[in-house]
Amino acid sequence: MRTLTFAQATCEAMAETMEKDPKIFVMGEDLARQGGIFGQFKGLPERFPGRIIDTPISETFIIGGGVGAALAGARPVVDMHFADFIGVPMDEIFNQMAKARYMFGGQARVPLVLRAPDGMTFQGAAQHSQCVEAWFCHIPGIQVVAPSNPYDAKMVLKAAIESDDPVLYFENKILYKEKGELPELGSEEPYQIGKAKLIRSGTDVTIVSYSIGMKNAVGAAAILEKDGIDAEVIDLISLSPWDKQAVLDSVKKTHRLCIVHEAVKQGGFGAEIAATVAEEAIEYLDAPILRYGAPFCPIPFAPTLEKKVRVYTEDLIRGIKSIF
Amino acid sequence: MEKIVYSKEQARELYEKMATIRYFEACIKHDSLAGEIPGFVHLYIGEEAIATGVCAALRQDDMIESTHRGHGHCIAKGADVNRMMAEIYGKETGLCQGRGGSMHIADFSIGMLGANGVVGGGYNLAAGAALANKAVLKNDKVSVVFFGDGASNRGTFHEAMNVASAWKLPVIFVNEMNCWASTTPYRATCNVENISDRAKGYHIPGVIVDGQDVFAVYEAAKAAVERARSGEGPTLIEAKTYRIEGHFVGDPELYRKKEETLKIFQDTDPLRIFRQKKILPDAECNEIEARCEEAIRKAKEYALSCSYPDAESFMKYVYVD
Repeated sequence: MRTLTFAQATCEAMAETMEKDPKIFVMGEDLARQGGIFGQFKGLPERFPGRIIDTPISETFIIGGGVGAALAGARPVVDMHFADFIGVPMDEIFNQMAKARYMFGGQARVPLVLRAPDGMTFQGAAQHSQCVEAWFCHIPGIQVVAPSNPYDAKMVLKAAIESDDPVLYFENKILYKEKGELPELGSEEPYQIGKAKLIRSGTDVTIVSYSIGMKNAVGAAAILEKDGIDAEVIDLISLSPWDKQAVLDSVKKTHRLCIVHEAVKQGGFGAEIAATVAEEAIEYLDAPILRYGAPFCPIPFAPTLEKKVRVYTEDLIRGIKSIF
Repeated sequence: MEKIVYSKEQARELYEKMATIRYFEACIKHDSLAGEIPGFVHLYIGEEAIATGVCAALRQDDMIESTHRGHGHCIAKGADVNRMMAEIYGKETGLCQGRGGSMHIADFSIGMLGANGVVGGGYNLAAGAALANKAVLKNDKVSVVFFGDGASNRGTFHEAMNVASAWKLPVIFVNEMNCWASTTPYRATCNVENISDRAKGYHIPGVIVDGQDVFAVYEAAKAAVERARSGEGPTLIEAKTYRIEGHFVGDPELYRKKEETLKIFQDTDPLRIFRQKKILPDAECNEIEARCEEAIRKAKEYALSCSYPDAESFMKYVYVD
C-alpha cells in the first residue's frame, strides 16, 4: 500500500493517461505556471511541457474550446477553477458538449473531462463554495462523477479520461489534502463509470452518499454501531449514470434509507435517489427516507452562518436513531 | 496581391455550388411551406457566394463550424445533397440519421462539424478545433467559423477572438453581414458599422469583402487560409450580404417591406453577378442550373423514398459506451 493525498492521486491519473496518449492535453486558468490553484496539477507542467495550457479567463472558450478540440480528435481535460463558475459556459456544456454526439447521429465523439473543484472551504461564501453536481444529472449526454477518497479519485479520473463520452468530475476542495491508501502501482482495480462501492456492509439501514458526504456517512455508521445499529454504507461515486441497483438491493435488505450530500437538499441528487426508491422499492421500507443536505440558502460568509448550513454527522445519527 | 486568373473549370465549380445551394434552398422553402418538412428551417438564398467562396479555399480535411442557417455551408464543403435532404426530412438515411435536422446538419467526413442551433455557439468550437490541430494533433488543418451580424454581439465572439489572436490559432472568422438579427436591423443594436473594425481590438487583420461576388470572397478566404496555415494566426472576414428570406421559413416579415427586399435581391443576386462577369457563357450557366435543379429534384425524391428512424432507436447515440 502507498499513501497519497487526493490531489496527488489525481496527478498520478493525469500522468499515467497523458504518458500513454499524446492526444490528451489540459487547459484552464493557473495550471501551467502554478500547478492549479489547489496544487492539483503540481508537477504535470514540467513533465508534459506544452500540454498543460494556461488559458485566459474565458470560461466559454475553456469549455467550448475543449469541445471543439474533442470534435477535432483530441482528448481534452479542462479545469473550471471553481465549480461555481460553471454557469458561465453552461451553453457549451449542455447544448454543445452533451448533445454533439446525439444530434449529429453518432458522427461526433466528445472525449472530454471537465474538472470542477467544489464545496465549502476557506469561507469562500456564496460564489466559491457550491456543490452543483445535481444540475448536470438532468442532462443526457454527459456523465457525472464525484469520488470521495484518493484511490477512487485516481481510478475514477483515469476512467473519465479514457471514456469516449464527456465526464464532469467534481472534486471537493477539502478532500484535496486528505490522505488515503492506494494499492501498489500495477495492482490497482480499474473503475467503471456508473458503479457504486459498498464501503460497509450492514443490516439495519442503508446510508448513501458520495464525495465529501461520505465523511458523514462513514462517521455516522461507526458511531451507530456502538448503539447497536448496523449501517450499510454505499459510496455512489458516479451520479450519472448511477448505480440504482446497488441502492435498491441494499434497501431491500436493510429496509431503511438515509441519503446525505453537501449540496442544497431541495432538488439535490438525493431527491433522485429517494424518488427512485419510492418508485421501485417502497414496499420494502419500514420507515420514511431520511435526506440530508444544505438548507435552501446561498452559502453564507460569516463563520457562524456558514457553520449553520453544513451537514453534520450528528444530524444523521439523531435522524437514524429516530426511525428505529 | 497577384490577380488570380480563373480557369473555366474553377468557374464552373463555383457556379455549380452556388446554383446547387439556390435550388436546394428553393426546394426546402417550398416543401417547408407545404408542411412536408418539419421543424424550423432558415434559408441561405442570396448568400450563396460566401459559403461557396470560402469553402473553395479550403481542403476537404479543413474544418468548418456552421450556423442555424447552415445548408449552404454544408453543400459548399462538399456534402451529398441526397443525404442532406434526407436529414432535413428527418429520415434514417440522413447525414445525422434524422437526429439533427436542418439546425444540426453535419458531415464529419468532410470536416463539416455541424450547424448550430445556438447563435454564436460556433466560435469557441472552431477555436478549440484549431488549437487541437495546431498544438495537440500537430497537423496543418485550418478551421473556419461562419457567423451572422447578430451573433457578433455574443460574448463568445470576444473569448474566441482573443484567444485565437493570442495563440495565433489557424482559425478564420467569417462574418456574413446580412443586416438582420432575426427581426432586428443590425445597426439598431450595434454602434459599430463594420464588424471587421473589431479585428483591430484583437490585433488581427479585418477584411471587408463583397459577399455577393464569389471570386472576391474566394480571394479573401484564400489569403486568410494561407495566413492561418503558415502559422500567422486568424483573420476576420466580413462579407457584406443581405438576408433575402425571412429569419425562418414562415416568418411574416412584419419588420420590413417585401418590395425593398426584392429590389435588393435583383441588384445583388450572386448568381446574376457571376453571370455579369462573363467568365462563362450564359448558355453554360443555364445548363449548370438545369443540372442542379435536376439533382435537387432527385434529392427530394430520394428523401421521400427513405424511412423515418425506427422509434425504438431513440436512445442510440446518447453515449458512445
